[in-house]
Amino acid sequence: MAITRFKPTRSELLPGQRRLSPGSVTADLGLIIWFVFSLFPIAWMVILALKNAQEQTTTYFQFSPTWSNFATVVSDKGTQMTSVDFKAALLTSLLNCGGAVIVSLVIGIPAAYAAGRWKYKGSSDLMFQMLSFRFAPELMVIVPLFVIYNQIGLFDTKVGMIWVLQLVTMPLVVWILRSYFEDLPEDLEQAALLDGYTRTRAFVMVALPIVRPGIAAAALLAFIFAWNNYVFPLILADSNAGTVTVAITKFLGGGGQAYYNLTAAAAIIAALPPLILALTIQRYLVRGLSFGAVKA
Amino acid sequence: MTTQTPKTTPTQPDRPAAPQARRELPTVPTWRRKLRPYLLSIPALVIVIGILYPFVVGAYYAFLNYAAVNPNPHFVWFDNFKSVLGDQVFWQSVKVTAIFAVAATAVETVLGVGLALLLNRSSIIGKIFEKVLILPLMIAPVIAGVIWKLMFNPQFGILNHVLGLGNTFDWLSSSHALFSVVLVDLWIFTPFVAILVLAGMRSLPKEPFEASEVDGASWFYMFRKLMLPMLWPYILVAVIFRFMDNLKVFDHIYVLTAGGPGVATRTLQIGAFEDSIINLDYSRGSTYMLLLWIIVFITARYLVSVLGKAQRRAAGAES
Repeated sequence: MAITRFKPTRSELLPGQRRLSPGSVTADLGLIIWFVFSLFPIAWMVILALKNAQEQTTTYFQFSPTWSNFATVVSDKGTQMTSVDFKAALLTSLLNCGGAVIVSLVIGIPAAYAAGRWKYKGSSDLMFQMLSFRFAPELMVIVPLFVIYNQIGLFDTKVGMIWVLQLVTMPLVVWILRSYFEDLPEDLEQAALLDGYTRTRAFVMVALPIVRPGIAAAALLAFIFAWNNYVFPLILADSNAGTVTVAITKFLGGGGQAYYNLTAAAAIIAALPPLILALTIQRYLVRGLSFGAVKA
Repeated sequence: MTTQTPKTTPTQPDRPAAPQARRELPTVPTWRRKLRPYLLSIPALVIVIGILYPFVVGAYYAFLNYAAVNPNPHFVWFDNFKSVLGDQVFWQSVKVTAIFAVAATAVETVLGVGLALLLNRSSIIGKIFEKVLILPLMIAPVIAGVIWKLMFNPQFGILNHVLGLGNTFDWLSSSHALFSVVLVDLWIFTPFVAILVLAGMRSLPKEPFEASEVDGASWFYMFRKLMLPMLWPYILVAVIFRFMDNLKVFDHIYVLTAGGPGVATRTLQIGAFEDSIINLDYSRGSTYMLLLWIIVFITARYLVSVLGKAQRRAAGAES
């Protein structure tokens, strides 16, 4: 087989991969157009966040850059100016999302393991019920929860938010990890069992360490999705459990003085954690975003 | 299931511990082995029930006349459905949701596949861009909405300035708003389609392409007859995710237009939000959501069956 391949570099290429042709120049041009469109809004946000109060309404690219907007947004002075306590919202987001992910991992890992390792009656029902949460319109659950939370005193509490965020994080964790546990060869655990390990120890000492990258990817992706969620805190929280996504929209509303530069600075601060986390798990993103359906 | 039954152990002859294991392993009684997956799933089941409970309550609300002004509701059968289905505004919401979901999904799929094709060429520019491809996707949709809202601003926004549209063109006026929210949606989510399809392209077998290149097939012929059929399952997964998400779109539209101007971008979820959270008419909002849920459920069932067929066909084509 290897002998018949005379032009290995050439035949490795899929359609449209030939280099240095009119086609390839057009293709690179297409890529550049997309990335100008894709990156321009982000670049403009950075520029706007670096502008001072006088320049914030101008549409020029020349300005005197200042870092002070980032400091102002998270300071008490910024809170007085915009009546948005962004610092508190950041902390709340961290606690809500961290809490939700931990709960999802503690509860989701055993369930994912059971579903990935054994075919038992009701297994696929449970899994598809989880998946349906991913696709169900959120308000179907949130409107009744709004009423229920107000009745039982969970409205605007972090516990209430962690509970409702399971709707986002739990399906993600369970489905991604199930696909990892399914790929895990059973022989490994069996070898441990034969060596006298208990089932629990075999799981903790053998299976868990191997799928650790998967667990990390699922946890970080769940954190990103929880962080980026908007509907839940918008409806079920107020000042005590309100998150950055809700806080950021308040910069725009509330009439009177507009602070475009502060809004942009806040947008960048709020967007950074998901971006950094996403870049660290880039290898696992495709599998995670597709709930394990596409194994890249 | 049959993890440690003695039957499987003798098939691994070169394992020294095997005889000892045959003696030890059956000490776990069958009923405990059978019960194990259920025990592990119980906490997750509790969560599922905890989420299903408000769902069922919401479905029940749709048959009550429950609102903040009417805290002691009673059963009204299908009155809510009659009033919602006879309401012009509801059908406008259905229309907006349908147009948005179909248009955004179609454009994102076409652009995403195109982008994946361009990135799959592995040019130097492509390698650099692939690293930053997912940036818009990882920014919260609501923050993307804020970013674009600042850019859309007729006087202070950058878009009119850069595109030379003067300072009166309003991107979010009633005639342009739906276009603009689709634009923002495709800015966020085209990379999602692209990375899924790109992963699919990279997993394709190389031999069919080599063979057809030897036969002198044109690039377009290879793409249409070879690549597309094999990629179809990947594209469908992306389409399912995008279409289902677009049917229940809320975040970025809400921050951009809040469903306006008037009802120009009032999707079903925004309509439900207005009715149940702003006007505090829980029953009417729940009726909206129950109807949307039925639409989502039927669409999901249909798309998943299409995906199943495509996967079987692709598996057949590859083997």
